[in-house]
Amino acid sequence: MHNSFAKKLLLAGLLFTFGRFGEAQEKVEMADGLRSSGKIYVVVAVLAIAFIGLLLFLISIDRKVSRLEKKENQK
Amino acid sequence: MKKSWWKALCIVMLLYTIIGGLLINVPRKAILNESIRNIYFHVPLWFGMMALCGASVFHSIRFLRKPDLVSDIKATSYASTGIVFGILGIITGAVWANYTWGKAWSNDIKQIGAAIALLIYAAYFVLRNSIPDIDKRARVGAVYNIFAFVMLLPALWIIPRMMESLHPGGMGNPGADPRDMDARMRMIFWPAAVPGFILLGVWISTVITRLRKIEDKNLLHA
Repeated sequence: MHNSFAKKLLLAGLLFTFGRFGEAQEKVEMADGLRSSGKIYVVVAVLAIAFIGLLLFLISIDRKVSRLEKKENQK
Repeated sequence: MKKSWWKALCIVMLLYTIIGGLLINVPRKAILNESIRNIYFHVPLWFGMMALCGASVFHSIRFLRKPDLVSDIKATSYASTGIVFGILGIITGAVWANYTWGKAWSNDIKQIGAAIALLIYAAYFVLRNSIPDIDKRARVGAVYNIFAFVMLLPALWIIPRMMESLHPGGMGNPGADPRDMDARMRMIFWPAAVPGFILLGVWISTVITRLRKIEDKNLLHA
């Protein structure tokens, strides 16, 4: 359930921002080249995966503690 | 897993922060360049630390009003998560400073204040662990925690407002100067980044609390 939800959210985020790049160039150097070649999405994907992984880890610890709590209450 | 609406909210907020924070356009500024996006990740860590330390001192005061070891467990759980957030804040700040200010550590007043605040909180745990008696440890710890939180306020809020700083908003608002962010950035920072990181800290703290309650079960029901 978590995975499909995360995918939908990622997709929504990508759609929301796709129409925005390539706006007027100024002198200040930004990651426009990176973005136009699409590679920024690699970084976004990596960060999102790392974050989702950490969250799954936290959820699994949360679950383990819940199991432990149940066991303790049964004693 | 204990399911709660705020855990789902935390996940949604942080995913929005990461994806939107990396992709939605930001103001073009010299020196900062794209690294302005660090505001979404570095600054909320400090907001999170302050919120968690606030929750910690809240439970310490509750312990002093009504001695209950559960309050003590909660106070330490929040304080330890708060310290982790603070350490991450210092490290991310050092990385960011290395590429914008030229040095990872330039003895900026906020860097020093943050380091002092972290050391004071580290002393909280050293002090606690030096007292073998559980009730005395909880009481002394609670009193010290109030002192630590009171020291956190000048270190992070008052002194940086009075001194010249490399941080934006020196001699003004050091936390979130409205001039640094435009409307698009504020739409990520305030509704998602700050509450998202605070909720993540609360989530971790509650898991630690539940674990410690099981570990110290014999003491709690003695």
